[in-house]
Amino acid sequence: MSILINKDTKVITQGLGATGLFHANGAREYGTLMVGGVTPGKGGSVIDGFPVYDTVRGAVANTGATASVIYVPPPFAADAIMEAVDAGIGLVICITEGIPVLDMVKVKQFMRGKGSRLIGPNCPGVITPGECKIGIMPGYIHRPGKVGVVSRSGTLTYEAVWQLTGYGLGQSTCVGIGGDPVNGTNHLEVLRMFEEDPDTEAVIMIGEIGGSSEEEGAYFVRDHMTKPVAAYIAGITAPPGKRMGHAGAIISGGKGTAAEKVAVLEECGISVAASPAEMAQALLKIYHPT
Amino acid sequence: MNIHEYQAKAILRKFGVPVPDGHICYNGASAREWAKRLGEGPWVVKAQIHAGGRGKGGGVKLARSADEVRDIAREMLGMTLRTHQTGPEGKLVTRVLVENGCNIGRELYVSLLVDRATSKVTVMASTEGGMDIEEVAAATPEKIFREAVDPVVGLSSFQCRNLAFSLGLTGKQAARAGSLLQGLYNTFIACDCSLLEINPLVVTREGELLALDAKFGFDDNAMFRHLQIADMRDFDEEDPSEVEASQHDLSYVSLSGNIGCLVNGAGLAMATMDIIKFSGGEPANFLDVGGGATIERVTEAFKIILSDKNVKGILVNIFGGIMKCDVIATGVIEAARQVSLQVPLVVRLEGTNVDKGKELLASSGLNIIAADGMADAAHKIVQAVAALCEVKQ
Repeated sequence: MSILINKDTKVITQGLGATGLFHANGAREYGTLMVGGVTPGKGGSVIDGFPVYDTVRGAVANTGATASVIYVPPPFAADAIMEAVDAGIGLVICITEGIPVLDMVKVKQFMRGKGSRLIGPNCPGVITPGECKIGIMPGYIHRPGKVGVVSRSGTLTYEAVWQLTGYGLGQSTCVGIGGDPVNGTNHLEVLRMFEEDPDTEAVIMIGEIGGSSEEEGAYFVRDHMTKPVAAYIAGITAPPGKRMGHAGAIISGGKGTAAEKVAVLEECGISVAASPAEMAQALLKIYHPT
Repeated sequence: MNIHEYQAKAILRKFGVPVPDGHICYNGASAREWAKRLGEGPWVVKAQIHAGGRGKGGGVKLARSADEVRDIAREMLGMTLRTHQTGPEGKLVTRVLVENGCNIGRELYVSLLVDRATSKVTVMASTEGGMDIEEVAAATPEKIFREAVDPVVGLSSFQCRNLAFSLGLTGKQAARAGSLLQGLYNTFIACDCSLLEINPLVVTREGELLALDAKFGFDDNAMFRHLQIADMRDFDEEDPSEVEASQHDLSYVSLSGNIGCLVNGAGLAMATMDIIKFSGGEPANFLDVGGGATIERVTEAFKIILSDKNVKGILVNIFGGIMKCDVIATGVIEAARQVSLQVPLVVRLEGTNVDKGKELLASSGLNIIAADGMADAAHKIVQAVAALCEVKQ
């Protein structure tokens, strides 16, 4: 088992441009059931073997897709998310970086009560190693296993996965929740899924400066989780008031510093790695795989 | 992106938010003329720089006569203003805002921002205007009032009343506060703001409400649909290296250390700075070269890092996922040659085709120190830079 996606997940790609197509091919090679794509105006055509539809509704009716991955450019990406939600797609993963935050405020309101889950935007995607890869992460660094990974950052997730794989620890599912200030799913919600997943034994949570998603996750770990959790928070050296690449990675009003987050996480019983080179080691301090 | 106070007030005026009458001036003579046209005085002359804390630094002064306006303007124009936000180097004043003074009765505080926890625009108000709101929030949180706005409905009248009465406004003033708050909310939405702060919002002795100062932050991701606002960007107010980097789609923030870093991915870039510090060094910058690290981008990145004269060594940390390590290695070698690199360079490559990449680096004939893993890389660059500094001493 795993969370969010598995070998039976049927995926469509919204935005089959050069980037979308490249990653759709990569996912299909990995073994993901990539059942089609949506590019308005190109419905009826077939690109690289992917049947193309004009609308998400049309794609769902014809393919039975249960998940969608979005590579649509930022000005149109919020609309693409809402289209997928409206068509009844249960899991919407938005890779696009650079969506205006007020567009996301509207998307969040639109999604209330609709039963879809959004992962991202501005994220690498989700992978259940050996079964299903949706997004831009390199598949080969992963191994099937029992450690869940949740992170706001792409390459830092690869770093953690690489360390785990190096220690012979496979991953159940790796979830990139994205680096934007307003996103679909936060650390806490992913931690809850890992806690409920019988095949996840331990979790690495990766965070960074800005907001309070990590702290909310930490309180959940303290109050509700039975599984060991290790963490790393990036940005100890980040100056206040400066956006560090990610739109959400900013210390504003003296809030959201890495030191503050580390303190809360440690209080909640999480094993926090002092250095990004020690994420897997931090987990192995409290997790003894059988 | 930020803008100047006079630009902020012009935007607010358009949305019906009451602000003092004023005009932007670039020399003393025009400041005197504008003062006379604006009214009877007294006037306030305000230096226009992006940093806060101008009053304490001598950048906000009261003038009783038009001649005094001219003299103050002459004094301020060309001066380097230092406040707690500018750092010790200060900011050059090239323009001043001359505006009508007012009789301040009370000073209040209002701001709007996107609250990450609720994913909604939130209006914050406080009776403690003119103060540092972070200090107020820490010391007396009960003096801060909040309303989260439903994005479909917009800011409701009842929410405005809640805020107005909490601020101790009644009768006509409460009604005026309502329309002012609506104006601020409309501005925030129409301009894709990330922050809109009025501090202070004053109640004059005559009972009027006026936005005496205004600070805007805009969502960089939304500037494609606000060309007029994007045009207000004042490059003189920004770090030149950061401006240069943004023109090459590189995400760069300069810091005070001496070890430059070039990394792919924002999270990994932050983590690289952290591990340099963890290993006893000081990072000179944050730099995310992005997913497609082409030769051109890597070369530009090197140039920007090296434009910082404090840099005594560079750490390249790449986790090549989709991007192949041999391609990145070629980019690094080419870039190092083009900029004829003089400082130690440590390269850590991981991911697809890593062996090929390392081979290319080793056979390049350049003095590139290869590293295995982040810890090794950080250790090696810190050592190399320390050795270099010792030799120089």
